[in-house]
Amino acid sequence: MTVRPWPLESQRTYFGKALIELGRRNPDVVVVGADTTESIKTLEFGKAFPDRFFQLGIAEPNMMSVAAGLAAAGKIPFASTYSVFGSAHTYNVIRQNVAYTNLNVKIFCSHAGLTVGPDGATHQMNEDIALMRGIPRMTVLVPADGPETGKCVDAAASVKGPVYCRFSRTDVPTITSAEDPFVIGQARVMQDGSDVTLVGCGLMVARCLAAADTLQREGIRARVINLSTVKPLDVATIDRAARETGGIVTAEEHTIVHGIGAAVASAVAENHPVPVGMVGVRDVFGESGEAEELLRKYGLTAEKIVDAAHDVMKRRGGRK
Amino acid sequence: MDLSEVLKPARRLRTVPGHGAGARRGLVDVSEELIASLKKKAVTLRKHIIRMTHNAQSGHPGGSMSACDIVTALYFHVLRVDPKNPTWRDRDRFVLSKGHACPVWYAALAERGFFPVDELMTFRKVNSRLQGHPELGTTPGVENAAGAEGQGLSFSVGLALAARMDHKAWRTYCVLGDGEQDVGQTWEAAMAASKYGLDSLTAFIDRNGIQQEGRTEDIMPLEPLAEKWEAFNWHVLTIDGHDFRQILAAIEEAHRTRGRPTAVIARTVKGKGVSFMENKIKYHGAATSDEELKLALAELDGMEAAI
Repeated sequence: MTVRPWPLESQRTYFGKALIELGRRNPDVVVVGADTTESIKTLEFGKAFPDRFFQLGIAEPNMMSVAAGLAAAGKIPFASTYSVFGSAHTYNVIRQNVAYTNLNVKIFCSHAGLTVGPDGATHQMNEDIALMRGIPRMTVLVPADGPETGKCVDAAASVKGPVYCRFSRTDVPTITSAEDPFVIGQARVMQDGSDVTLVGCGLMVARCLAAADTLQREGIRARVINLSTVKPLDVATIDRAARETGGIVTAEEHTIVHGIGAAVASAVAENHPVPVGMVGVRDVFGESGEAEELLRKYGLTAEKIVDAAHDVMKRRGGRK
Repeated sequence: MDLSEVLKPARRLRTVPGHGAGARRGLVDVSEELIASLKKKAVTLRKHIIRMTHNAQSGHPGGSMSACDIVTALYFHVLRVDPKNPTWRDRDRFVLSKGHACPVWYAALAERGFFPVDELMTFRKVNSRLQGHPELGTTPGVENAAGAEGQGLSFSVGLALAARMDHKAWRTYCVLGDGEQDVGQTWEAAMAASKYGLDSLTAFIDRNGIQQEGRTEDIMPLEPLAEKWEAFNWHVLTIDGHDFRQILAAIEEAHRTRGRPTAVIARTVKGKGVSFMENKIKYHGAATSDEELKLALAELDGMEAAI
């Protein structure tokens, strides 16, 4: 397998920079934090705009409701912390105070997925997409890389209502460029193909592209879709892929229970049923280890995506 | 357990002063006429609460009636709100953290002209703007969603922070139940409010001593409650939550207090105003029967006539 010369970059760094730039343009943007602000790079916003930055301590439910109150008074609060705290620990606060109220709160969380690494399962949030996409009115974003993380900041601020965005602690391959379009609700076809479709989100998009390279050497032309908006799901792009390629593999750094695989599978089942294969965490907790070791151990690799593509094509048989 | 024992004054009870310049409206040197009109309005709201919950055959009359005089004082003498423009930017904010007590909120909003009084009878019915627990954006005048306890004070902290950022004079009033003093988030909010010295924030704790399954002191002891709030660096007042002069004086003192939020522990009676409902755990979440409805309304009529 060839690994393209993608540089590895920090999504948190892009996030922090984009937030400051947005803050310069829009005085209504405020940031609330929960004792993780240096780590997730919102502290820089606090230094630039001390009057618009609120350190609320290890009290995430309060942080989320404070953000809702700020939004109710016309502010655009970014509530940021690690994804385990910013989704699971605060779930009912988000549900009642942020989503039911349809307030303009932007929840941006780092440290999603297995690649949190040595901190172990307590901090490896593999269930946040499932939680968040289950809440009515919630927009769910999973940027593929650093540049896209920065674009999520602007895009989230430009839409009215609650947004949840999750990204990684580990540096990830930069596979998009500053010029690439990013629109909430639009899945992006990164590479065209007609034999099978690989749908990924987050750092798994790069692995889908690597898998497509391998498949190409076997003569299989794989379409690769970057599903950076999980909700609202771009059903049209998924449906077209089902009709035109006849089989779909999903790849996510997240449990396959109610993740993007489930989202794509239900859209496919409702519109144009074709075989679907899912690469993701198989309904288990993670463990301590280095990011790459964990991705390998839990099967989140390009090789597994290739295997799943073969399996989908085998199950499909001559039908397409 | 005797409720008066449960609700004994805090050791360092602050007495509410009888004089002082009202920050915006006279809240201390108030006339007998004003007090009488507030008392009458509170009876009207209590009748609405009884009728709404009876009509729905569900809802939470007890905690609505204990908070009724506080809500009446705020909506009919203190809050700067505009029923014709419910989202007026510079309005005072009223946040009901104990969302199950929304009948009293809806009754006050209707009487204040935010929506027709007739609409109160749609409470808890399908296609109604008056949900079983408050929904933001649906009901004119409702400022927050509540039902899951313990979120309202945090929400109020966000509002008060925004007012300060914008150099606005509007104030935030939050009514909490004593049951939700059990909730950890209430204390997270208490710390945040004092960290930021939010003196535009006033919290009323409706200390009726009863929560869903029993006496607060049996379910999860709260006392010494005033000392808890003081330990969290709040300015704390303990009042009789059914005495309009004390309620208004407490608000006035909150307005004059600089650098700290004010917590008003309002000693109240669950089901206040209808003898057979008072201090009854049952009426936390039970509506009256047809017979009880008649008795309750007759009692409230009598109370009104005596004002």
